[in-house]
Amino acid sequence: MQSTEINRPREPQQQPAMHQWFETLRLPLLTLTGALALTSLALLSTGVSPLQAYRILLFGAFSSPGRSSDMIMLAAPLLLCATGLILTFRTGLYNLGVEGQLALGAVAAMLPLRLLPDLPAPLLWTLCFACAATGGALWALLAAGLRLYAGVSEIFAGLGLNFLASGLALYLVLGPWRRSGSASMSGTELLPRDLWLPTINTLRLAPLAPIIAIAALAIVWWVVRRTRWGLELRAVGLNPGAADRLGVPAHRRIAQAMAACGFLAGMAGAIQILGVFHQLIPNISSGVGLLGLLVALLVRADPRWVLPVSVVFASFTVGSVQLPLALGVDSSIAGVLQGALVLFALLARGLLARPG
Amino acid sequence: MDQTTIFVAAVLAAAAPLIFATMGETLTERAGVVNLSLDGTILMGAMIAFAVALNTQSVLLGFGAAALTGALIALVLCFLSLSLRQSQTAVGFVLALLCTELSSFLGAPFVRVPGPAVPFLPVPGLANLPVIGPILFRHDLAIYTSFLLVPLVGWLLFQTRAGLTLRALGERPQAAYARGVPVVPMRYLVTVAGGALVGMAGAVYSLDLKQGWSYRHTFGAGWIALAIVIFGGWRPWRVALGCYLFAALEIMALRMQSVLSGLPTQVFQVAPFALMIAVLVLVNLAGSTHMSRRIGDLPPSLRRPAQALVDRLAAPAPAALGQPFERP
Amino acid sequence: MQVSVHNLSKSFGSVRANDRLTLRFEAGKIHGVLGENGAGKSTLMKLVAGFLRPDEGVIRFDGRDAALRGPGDALRAGVGMIHQDPLDLPAFTALENLLCATPRSAIASWAEGRRLLVELAGRLGFTVEPEMPVARLSIGQRQQLEIIRLLARGARVLILDEPTTGITAEQTRALFAALRQLAAAGNTVLFVSHKLEEVAALCDTVCVLRAGRLVGEQMGMPVPQAVLLGLMFDTAVAAVRGAEAPPAGDGGTLEPPVTRPVAGEVVWRLEGVTAREGAVTLRNLNLEVPAGRVLGLAGLDGSGQQLLLRLLAGHARPDTGRVLVGSTDLTGAGSRAYRAAGIEYLPADRLAEGVIGALSLSDHFALQQTGRLVDRRQAERAAREAIAAYGIKATPVTPINALSGGNQQRAMLALVPPRCRGLACEQPTRGLDVASARTIWHSLLARRADGCAIVFASADLDELIEYSDEVLVFFAGQISPPLPRAQLSVARLGELIGGVGFAEGGTT
Repeated sequence: MQSTEINRPREPQQQPAMHQWFETLRLPLLTLTGALALTSLALLSTGVSPLQAYRILLFGAFSSPGRSSDMIMLAAPLLLCATGLILTFRTGLYNLGVEGQLALGAVAAMLPLRLLPDLPAPLLWTLCFACAATGGALWALLAAGLRLYAGVSEIFAGLGLNFLASGLALYLVLGPWRRSGSASMSGTELLPRDLWLPTINTLRLAPLAPIIAIAALAIVWWVVRRTRWGLELRAVGLNPGAADRLGVPAHRRIAQAMAACGFLAGMAGAIQILGVFHQLIPNISSGVGLLGLLVALLVRADPRWVLPVSVVFASFTVGSVQLPLALGVDSSIAGVLQGALVLFALLARGLLARPG
Repeated sequence: MDQTTIFVAAVLAAAAPLIFATMGETLTERAGVVNLSLDGTILMGAMIAFAVALNTQSVLLGFGAAALTGALIALVLCFLSLSLRQSQTAVGFVLALLCTELSSFLGAPFVRVPGPAVPFLPVPGLANLPVIGPILFRHDLAIYTSFLLVPLVGWLLFQTRAGLTLRALGERPQAAYARGVPVVPMRYLVTVAGGALVGMAGAVYSLDLKQGWSYRHTFGAGWIALAIVIFGGWRPWRVALGCYLFAALEIMALRMQSVLSGLPTQVFQVAPFALMIAVLVLVNLAGSTHMSRRIGDLPPSLRRPAQALVDRLAAPAPAALGQPFERP
Repeated sequence: MQVSVHNLSKSFGSVRANDRLTLRFEAGKIHGVLGENGAGKSTLMKLVAGFLRPDEGVIRFDGRDAALRGPGDALRAGVGMIHQDPLDLPAFTALENLLCATPRSAIASWAEGRRLLVELAGRLGFTVEPEMPVARLSIGQRQQLEIIRLLARGARVLILDEPTTGITAEQTRALFAALRQLAAAGNTVLFVSHKLEEVAALCDTVCVLRAGRLVGEQMGMPVPQAVLLGLMFDTAVAAVRGAEAPPAGDGGTLEPPVTRPVAGEVVWRLEGVTAREGAVTLRNLNLEVPAGRVLGLAGLDGSGQQLLLRLLAGHARPDTGRVLVGSTDLTGAGSRAYRAAGIEYLPADRLAEGVIGALSLSDHFALQQTGRLVDRRQAERAAREAIAAYGIKATPVTPINALSGGNQQRAMLALVPPRCRGLACEQPTRGLDVASARTIWHSLLARRADGCAIVFASADLDELIEYSDEVLVFFAGQISPPLPRAQLSVARLGELIGGVGFAEGGTT
C-alpha cells in the first residue's frame, strides 16, 4: 500500500527555461493554492479575513520570544518523530504507532525519575533518554513483530498499540503515580525544578531539546545518504522481493527501521516529560506523533525538507493560539491548514502523474 | 427494573454510533477499499448534524446532512485513491486529521449550545414487556435503526446477489471485471454509501447519545470503529458483537469509577484494544500454513474440534483490501 | 454463433502482438488456435472476449460489428473466456461463483442456480458441487465451474486459454468430451493451445499464429504434425527433417532424467527432489550440473522450468529429496544461503523481482558493497565499468526503470558478482532485440568460461539449441532426459514441447 515513485524517461530537454521552471513549480503551486483555497473558505465562512488570519498563523509564533520558544519546544519533538518516520516511510511502512511509541517513551522516561531521583541531574537525564528510547523502540518492535510474524498490518497494530500506550499513561496518572491527595486528569506531580532540562528563565526554552532533535536529523540524514543500511531500507521499501534477491535481509531491515523510529519517538517522549510538561499527563503525546506523520507524508521522507516543514508546522500551531483572542476564531484552523497542505500535495501528485 | 436490565439497555444504546460507523466501514472494506478517515468523518458528521438540526430544528435534516457529509468525504477519498491512485492509507489518514480539525474550527460556535435531540420513542405495547421491553424497546429511532442495521448489512452481504458482487470487488476485482462489473464506479458507490453511514454515526453522537457538540466530541471513536471491523473479521454479526463488547467495557469503566474510586478502571477502556491485538494475532496464525501443520500433528480425536475452532476464528481480510485495481 | 475478426491489430509498446489478423470461426465447431509462447494467441482471445481493445480492425459476432468496451459487453453478446488461471473467486462457494454478477434474467434465484449447477455438471460429466468452496477445488474443477457459469449466462462462444495446463488426464478427458458435446449443440469453441496432440485430438479446424501474424489459416483437421510445427516455429526445412527425425516418433515414451557421470566439479546436485508450486509438480528429479555447463530448459510457460530454476536458487523448497550446491547440502535453506554459496537467480520479470526500478545502477552496486558506508565513488566506478563492459546505454545515476528492456537485462547481469558459481536465468533474452540478445549471451558465455554453470529457461528454440550444452524439455511437470546439443533440432524440440513422446496425461 505504498505509492512508489514513478520515473519516466525524460524527453530531451529543449524547452525554454520558463517552461522548466513551471514544471518544477507546478506541484508546490498546486498544493499551496488548493490548501489556501480550502482554508480561506473555512475562514470566510466564519466571517474572518483570511489575510489577517494567515498573518497570525505565519508570524504569530515569532511575535515574542516566549512564543518563539514555545514553537521551538513543539518543533523539537515533532522533528524527532518526523525524522524517525523518514526511516519507516523509506522502508515502505506506515508507522501509525508513532504516537504510542512517543507515549511509551514518556512513560519509560518517568521510571528513572521516580526510582532514582537522587542521582545527579545530568546522569538522570541521560538515563531518562536511554529508557525512553528503549521503551519507544520496544513498542515499535512489538508492532514490527505483529506485522512480520502474525501478519497484522503495521497500521492497525500501531493504532491498537497507541491506545494501549495512552491507556497505560492514563492508568499511571490516575493510579500508582497519582498526585498525593486525589487523583487528577491533570497529571502527576510536577518534577522538581532542578530535574527539568536546563531551561532559559522566563522563556520555557530548553535548548537541549532542539539540539538533540537537530542532531538526530543530521544523523538520520547522514545514515540515509551515506550508509549502506540507509540505502538498503530504501531498497526494501521500493521492492522487497528484488531487495531480497540482491541480498538485503528485508525482514530484518523492516524491524530495524521500526525500532529506530520508535527509538527517536521515545526520545521525543522524554523531551515532553523533561522539557515541555515536566510531568506525565494522560495526553502526553498531544498529537505530536500524528503531526509528524503529516510532515513525513508532505516531504515524502526527504530529509532535506523535514526541518523547514517541521518548523513551519510548529509555528502554525503556536501562532494559531492567538487566533481566538485576536480574531475570535478557533485555533484549530492551524490543523486545517496542515492537513489541507498534505491532502492537496497528494492531489497534485496524483494529477501531475496522470498520463497526458 | 434491575441493574442488569438497565446496564444491558445502556450498552445497546451506547453502541449505536459504533454500529453505524462499523457497518459503513464493513461495507466499504468488503468492497476492497479502506476508508481510514473514520475518526474525522464521524466528527464532521456530528458537527454538521448538530448545526443543521439546530438551525432547522429538524433532527431528520441533521441526520441527512451528516450522511451527505460522510458521503462527500468518502468521495474525496475515492477520487484521490481510486482515480488518482494515491495510497488509500495516506489519503484516509490525512482526511481523518483534516476533518477532525475542520470540525473543531467550523463547530466552534456550537460548542455546548443546547439543541434538538432524537425524541425518546418507546414502542407501544412492546415497551411494557418484562425485561425485553426496557432492553430493546425503550429507546429512540436512531437506536432502533442501529438494531436493524446489523441484520440488514449481514443480509445484504451474504444473502443477496448484490452482496456477492460487492464482496467480489474486495476479494478479486479482476473476477468481477471479467463478469462485466464496472469495478471502479462500483467501488465509488459502495465507499460513498459506507461513508454516509459513518457520517450518520456522528449524528447519533451529537443528536442522541451526547446531545450537543463540543471539541473532539467523540475522540477516538473512528479509530476504535476501524479496529472493531478487523476484530469482527469483516462479518457484520461479529463486528456488532465487538461494538457491544466495547460499549459494555466502557460503561463498566464509568460505573466502576463512581463505585470503587481508586481502582484502575482504565484497564477496562484499554482491554478491547489488547483483546483486538490478541484476536488479530490469533486470526492470522489460525489461517497460516504453520497452524494447519500443527493441527495435523494432533491426536486424531482432537484434530477435528481444533480444525473447527481454527476455521471459526480465521477471518481473512478481503483478499484485495486496499489494493488498486489492475485489469487482468 | 459465428465469430470473425477483420484486420485486427494490437500493439504493446513497440511489440505488435496481433498484426492485421483476419479470421472466421464458424458455429458448431471446435477451433484450435496454435502458436508458441508470445505468438499472440492470448492477445487475440482477450480482444475477442473484450479484455483488450483493438488498435485497429473490427470484431464481428454473427456478422454484426461488436464494439466491446469490456468483458461485460462480450458476455452480453454471448462470448465468454476461461483463463488459464480461472478468474474466479476462491473465497466463494461454487454456487456463489455461479451467481456472482450473473443477471437475474439468466438465473432467477439461488434455488434455480443450484438446480442449474447440478444439472449442467451432470450433463457435462463435471464433478463440481454447489456448496464446495472454490479455494478447495482443483484447477480442473475451477475450469469446469467457469464453463458452467458461462453457459448458464447464455454464452454461445467459449474461449479456453491453455485449459489443459495443470489438470489431470481424467479431467482433460472430461473437458474434451464436454467441449465436443457443446460444439455438437451449436456452440463455438475456441481452443488455444501449444500442445499439438490435444489440438489433433479435439479440434475441427486449426489456425496458427507466429509473432502476431496469421501463418496458417483455418485448416480443416487433420493436418500433419510436421506442417503445424513448421508453421509454429518457422522452420520449413526443419519441419521436413522433423518429420523423419527418429527419436520421439519411435513410439517409446521418454524416461525421467537420470544422474549421468560427469567430469569436473559439480555445481548443483538434485537427489530425488519432489516439489510443487501452483499447478506444477516435479517428481523424483535427479540432476547434476557441472561447472562450465550450459543447461537449457525448454517447455511452455508453467510446465515446471520456472519451478526448477527457483529450486536451484533456493526460492522454492523441495517437499522431499536433497539439493546440494557443491558438496554442501542446502535443502530447505533460504535463498540467502544459496547466494552465499555463489548461486545467483535472474528472474524473467526484471522490474518486479530482479532490480529496483527507482534506484540507479550505481545504487545497485552500492547495495552489493560490504562496508557499512556507501562508497559512492567505488559504486560509480563499478557502474561505469559495467556500462562499458556490457554496453549499457545509461549513466551510472539513471534510474533503472528509465532504461530499455535490453539495458535492464544487461544491468541485471552486470550485477552478478564475479565469484558466482551457478546462474539460474529465467528467459534471459525475453523481449530483447537480436543485438541485445547477442550481447547478453556474450557475457553469459564469458561467465561460463570462468567455470560458472548456467541453467536457463527460454521459449526461443533457436536460442536453446545455439547456446545449450544440453537441453531438458518440460511437459506438464514431466522432464525429458538431458538431450545433448548434437541431437537437437528445432523440429524435435517443438515436438517435445508439444508433448509428443511424453507419457500420456502428464502428472496425476
